[in-house]
Amino acid sequence: MGVPVHETAASQGTGPSPVLDVQHVRKIYGQGETEVQALRGVSLTVERGDYVAIMGSSGSGKSTLMNILGCLDIPTTGRYLLDGVDVSRLNDRQLALVRNRRIGFVFQAFNLIARTTALANVELPLAYAGVKGAERRRRANLALAMVGLADRADHEPNQLSGGQQQRVAVARALVTAPALVLADEPTGNLDTQSTNDVLAVFDRLSASGRTIVLITHEPDVAERAKRLIRLVDGHIVQDERLK
Amino acid sequence: MNLFETIRFALRAITANKLRSSLTVLGILIGVAAVILLVAVGNGSAQAVQRQIEALGTNTLTVTAGGGGGARGAASTTSTALNMDLVPALEDKAEAPHVRSVSPVVTGSQSATYEGTDHTIAQFVGTYPGWVAASNFKVAKGSLFTDEDVKDSRKVVVIGKTVAEELFGTVDPLSKQVTVAGKLFTVVGVLADKGGTGFTDPNDVAVAPVSAVQESLTGYGSLNQLLIQATSPEDVTDAQSEVTAILNAKLNITGSSTSAYRIQNASQLLETRANTAETFTLLLGAVAGISLLVGGIGITNIMMVTVTERTREIGIRKALGAPKRTILTQFLVEATVLSLIGGLLGVAAAVIGSRFTIVSIQPVIVPSSVFLALGFSVAIGLFFGSYPASRAAGLRPIEALRYE
Repeated sequence: MGVPVHETAASQGTGPSPVLDVQHVRKIYGQGETEVQALRGVSLTVERGDYVAIMGSSGSGKSTLMNILGCLDIPTTGRYLLDGVDVSRLNDRQLALVRNRRIGFVFQAFNLIARTTALANVELPLAYAGVKGAERRRRANLALAMVGLADRADHEPNQLSGGQQQRVAVARALVTAPALVLADEPTGNLDTQSTNDVLAVFDRLSASGRTIVLITHEPDVAERAKRLIRLVDGHIVQDERLK
Repeated sequence: MNLFETIRFALRAITANKLRSSLTVLGILIGVAAVILLVAVGNGSAQAVQRQIEALGTNTLTVTAGGGGGARGAASTTSTALNMDLVPALEDKAEAPHVRSVSPVVTGSQSATYEGTDHTIAQFVGTYPGWVAASNFKVAKGSLFTDEDVKDSRKVVVIGKTVAEELFGTVDPLSKQVTVAGKLFTVVGVLADKGGTGFTDPNDVAVAPVSAVQESLTGYGSLNQLLIQATSPEDVTDAQSEVTAILNAKLNITGSSTSAYRIQNASQLLETRANTAETFTLLLGAVAGISLLVGGIGITNIMMVTVTERTREIGIRKALGAPKRTILTQFLVEATVLSLIGGLLGVAAAVIGSRFTIVSIQPVIVPSSVFLALGFSVAIGLFFGSYPASRAAGLRPIEALRYE
């Protein structure tokens, strides 16, 4: 299920600005005695179509970085441009808009909304974007088909296996055609078979030109990416291209 | 995200926890039903009182002796008592053109016996025949005593329905003799049932010529009342001023010492009773309003629990790009739908409840109270839902997502 070699060429920067442009970002929690520096000056650029894996042990700051990249948190200092937009200057409403239009989240805990069908879950970001009912259903069905779950559209999360739930979550992440798919330990709660299913979906997404940033601590998951970044104590210690 | 969809989301969230939602709805239901029903009871009792007073006759004046007379000088003491001498003066068409009839009244409770059966008649009235019509009574059987009977002090009596039932049962009371305080009275007529709900039974009455009652029972002392019938309901005020003038002249009353007697007309009585009923209704409504408030606090409580419980879901929605406003609307709509369902069910409960008689009062629903209670319940949803909703909307997505 490897990524075809010729795809690497397509991943070279196609737009004028990189999808992610992080410059000297620091994140400090607490004050005085309890002060914790989660990120100590991280700089990182991700071009369109890239597939980046960020690795690090727990406490290395990778979750903090993920939250900042996902506009769920703001850096203490430093600059972060998402798709050329400086998100640190955006207000609450604009941030909600950015999260809705430009970022697709995949969480470790799936985070599907309970007692709500797979289709409705996938439709949700479109609903917040103001897409009308029929168009929304069409696009949600397409996204579900893309992750191979077209026949499970009417199932609720508790009727789906972990791997299927995560694939629904992936469908939900990509239904708005975001600039960036951000996955936080997407296979952390899955068995080997489901892990392979989900990673296969990511491979296909990457092959179709999506930009993916994936956080993991499993080396074999990280190996599927095109680029590997290793984070230790809030610093980037390694940044190498795998393919 | 349009409103329709937000409402659908809210309904789905409400049905997700049926027991909790229905208990919250119950709180509002009880509040709304209590408001409508208690106001209806107040209104019903007001209408009952009104009917009762209208049954007394709206074109009558009642003159009663005032309490202040005895305390004054000896000269005025005798003159303040109402006596038979006043009757011809009041009946004078030249001085009192708006007075149709005057009936002197001596009344009291008397015990009556017929063949060993005892009954205490609440109102044994000695009067003129005109009293019966003025008091809105009708004769059902037999006939009324006549002016002749009054002149000759004949001991004849017309009895009310209750008295007839108590003393005679199934026996025809006409021409039978009853013993009242040792004197024999012949029954000449039975009065028709006079409707009226209240604390006293209007049918527990017996009417006899005033002369006979004075002669054999009360003595020729003062009268209890003068019942004066005006020529029409519109003339009551004129009749009242004429009666006042005549009484003042006859009883040697000057200036403002009106305490010698009291004139009441039915519309005054009506007004007083209506005011009382209004206060009563207001009080009941206020008590019910408190229960509605408690229901509202129940909504806040349950919405707080819901928000806490669904913190993670709120986090997910925010991560997916739900704007603050959408989250706020969702929870507000949820609270409002809860209270609206409670309100509608409350109206239904009140409508069903008002079909039954409550403490012998037939409730009459006031339409405005229905709309008020419904509107109030929606307002309660909005008001008491706004704090939990703004808390939900204000959650930071990163913290909400981390919440377990």
